[in-house]
Amino acid sequence: MKVKYFAWMKRTVGVAEEEVTLPADVRTVGDLVAWLRNRSGGHAEALAPGAAFGAAVDRRTAPFDAKLAGASEVAFFPPFTGG
Amino acid sequence: MTVRVQEADFDTGAELDRLTNGNKRIGGLAVFVGLVREMHVREGYHKDRVEALTLEHYPGMTEKALEDIEAEAHKRWPLEATLIVHRHGRMEPGERIVLVAVGSPHREAAFEACEFLVDWLKTKAPFWKLEDTPAGEKWVGAHDGDDQAAARWEKK
Repeated sequence: MKVKYFAWMKRTVGVAEEEVTLPADVRTVGDLVAWLRNRSGGHAEALAPGAAFGAAVDRRTAPFDAKLAGASEVAFFPPFTGG
Repeated sequence: MTVRVQEADFDTGAELDRLTNGNKRIGGLAVFVGLVREMHVREGYHKDRVEALTLEHYPGMTEKALEDIEAEAHKRWPLEATLIVHRHGRMEPGERIVLVAVGSPHREAAFEACEFLVDWLKTKAPFWKLEDTPAGEKWVGAHDGDDQAAARWEKK
């Protein structure tokens, strides 16, 4: 599965995207956040509990309890500031 | 219904002419053009001067999000034509960032739908603004006023 990061999260994590193979017990977006925190100090900082960020599963905004089964791309990003 | 995300500037007049061309049911066109401002408003007063703005987006998701918002506007109001053009990349103060245009037989629907589209695209489409200021680069934070503006269109 592909994981993407945007805006300040991309800089903090240090990569725009990465390919990950999920362990069987990572079933939701929230599980993935907790699991990704162990990958590096940058991941831990960007995805820290209480940090203001959202997620998308397969390019649609998704809550943290959204299931990952069958998903090919998950993205994490700060609140949107377009317009 | 048209959504475009592009790096290049747009010609507002030409875009509007193309949007209404041949559709004589349109009696009113409401238009919003967003520009890069030279000062960022933080907590109600002007602080940092903005030298440039870089807009990042999520290719593939941005277009879908804008199309969803546009489809929602068509469900809520009788609209003949809608157009959203949003730029990404680096822009300087005075440059155009976004164009939202709505054509309807009547002005009320056009005004309301245009305001709705702008409110929702600010909070529901994946764009992020990075400001170049004399004090360095700063990511623009989400604005409570934008959330409140978007929330008034939520159906109870």
